[in-house]
Amino acid sequence: MTESVSKESSLIADEGLDKGLARLTSEKIEKTIKTILTNETGARLKTYVSTCVHCGLCSDACHVYLSNRDPACSPVGKIKQTIWEIVKKKGKVDAQFIRRASEIAYTECNLCRRCAMYCPFGIDISYMILIVRRICHKLGVTPHYLQDTAQSHSATLNQMWVKDDEWVDTLQWQEEEAQDEIGDLRIPIDQEGADFFYSVIAPEPKFRAQLIYQAAVIFHSAGVSWTMPATPGWDNSDMCMFSGDNEMMGRLKKAHFETAMRLKVKKIVMGECGHAFRSVYDVGNRWLGFREPPIPIIHSIQFFYELLKEGRIKIAKKYAKTVTLHDPCNTVRGAGLHEMIRMIAHETCEKVIEMHPNREHNYCCNAGGGVINCGPPFKNKRVENNSIKADQLRNVKEQGAETVIAPCHNCHGGLEDIIHTYKLDMDLKFLGDIIYECMEKPEE
Amino acid sequence: MHAVYNFVSGPLLWVSFILFFGGSVYRIVSMVRMAKKTDPVVYHFWSLKYALRSIFHWIIPFASENMRKQPAMTIVTFAFHICLFIAPLFLFAHIILFKASWNISWMYLPDTVADIMTMIVIGACIFFLVRRLKLPEVKYVTSCSDYVILAIVAAPFITGFWTFHQLPGFRIMGIAHILSGEIMLAAIPFTRLSHMFFFPFTRGYMGSEFGAVRHARDW
Repeated sequence: MTESVSKESSLIADEGLDKGLARLTSEKIEKTIKTILTNETGARLKTYVSTCVHCGLCSDACHVYLSNRDPACSPVGKIKQTIWEIVKKKGKVDAQFIRRASEIAYTECNLCRRCAMYCPFGIDISYMILIVRRICHKLGVTPHYLQDTAQSHSATLNQMWVKDDEWVDTLQWQEEEAQDEIGDLRIPIDQEGADFFYSVIAPEPKFRAQLIYQAAVIFHSAGVSWTMPATPGWDNSDMCMFSGDNEMMGRLKKAHFETAMRLKVKKIVMGECGHAFRSVYDVGNRWLGFREPPIPIIHSIQFFYELLKEGRIKIAKKYAKTVTLHDPCNTVRGAGLHEMIRMIAHETCEKVIEMHPNREHNYCCNAGGGVINCGPPFKNKRVENNSIKADQLRNVKEQGAETVIAPCHNCHGGLEDIIHTYKLDMDLKFLGDIIYECMEKPEE
Repeated sequence: MHAVYNFVSGPLLWVSFILFFGGSVYRIVSMVRMAKKTDPVVYHFWSLKYALRSIFHWIIPFASENMRKQPAMTIVTFAFHICLFIAPLFLFAHIILFKASWNISWMYLPDTVADIMTMIVIGACIFFLVRRLKLPEVKYVTSCSDYVILAIVAAPFITGFWTFHQLPGFRIMGIAHILSGEIMLAAIPFTRLSHMFFFPFTRGYMGSEFGAVRHARDW
């Protein structure tokens, strides 16, 4: 294994990883791995490991590999350094191995699932990386910042340690702000029987409260019946899904679905977040035993698309700057919403330039999958590991694009750092930003 | 020599057939049964329509993005797999043996065509070898077993070519040909060559997840 522990990245200090490492013993490692491999894996893992012909054709799928051409960063390269060894040695691996495996699984893979589209066998590499994360979680070797987020989830049922009163207070604050613009606007709190419950991720009330304001203006103008809950369960985000804490993931999803039930709404509409959508509609629901979510869940992309299509919101003046579109993995490769993004962009913007590759073949922002949540220790590596995205952005900038539309919170975080570090000087917008800016608003 | 020939072409052949057919059935059945127990998700989300849609895009040359990005690999790998199956199954010399033993026969290829196909397989194996040795991303994940598997696949074709052209030592090579063919058959279910029959399952499952759940393409 020595040759695979190559990169200087292994030297990145992280309190969570380092302290976790100090607590490990070889017996604990072996026992934990065996328990997980026996109880939680089976035919899929076995078939994936024995079917992979080591052809390396998945390499070109991975933005991390494409950014630095280090074979240790290719999808199969990451698998070789982690799950292959774990399976081969039946858990008899040392603590340093776990340290490196944890860093790979949490900070060098976004679970973006692009590699599944490049592997001739459709081997689900992100599934295997999630098994590695599950093992690391059980061993208590998770990056400090990510674990902090997971703790927040377990203590508050939201990602950002937002207290119950702060949440309601933020909604009322945004309502007041918006009333300066539209006098009779309301952010209906805990209104039973509304058509839908609008759920957001905790960074919205924490850092990007204006997004709640904008959503309220859009919903008010469209004349829809909506509400936001006053109780925990309002946050749809789920870093536990990415830290490997499946039990906690289940609790979060349950709280979210039950809040919708309590409010007797017909559906949940989610803010512009990718991973949260994955957690409610693909992963968390399955953990709870639902094939599909127990209540219809619509992503903002689709909701905005429907509002525009039905003419419930009208565009007063198109967005003048030339825009380009970043396709978020979890709503495009994960839910096929790419054409809706394009319809909204063409309806609202003067000129749209496509980045290539796009749609399902988009490059990830390298922030998703919990990678950005691993925090400052890994920030530089995260940005360096996505120079391919910077190239892609530079390319459309040269063609005249000034604004990047990315309908996903994680993508915003990742792209913001890329734009800043690579001095690309581009604006970054959500679809909601553009719609809010360009739509016809009620007079008052 | 005769005794060796008789052994290799008699009992050993049966052993290899049993290992190949029995092993393949065993691997598939045990995987399918294990999946029911450990990965019921595969059954819940399996969709024949989307499985076939995905498989279709991956068995047609250049029908997937990655195949278009790797034209040399695509051409070689398709040529390789096609020739690997067609040449031995429709080789005149093999059909004669079936005719002599069980009195069954089917259409066969002109010898020149079979010869060219054999050379394609050998050439493709050299291509794969060079790829493993030269491309950093392939070299990095290559283990000793990958070379062994490549040798197992190349051997019957090299020895077959040798025997057919009656190059020096072809009698020994003839025996080596039968033996290496038997090794290859027997190895299929128990090595990564099992990708032969696992392909529809892994590809189909991914196609189902992408098509039916994620409404996205996976090619």
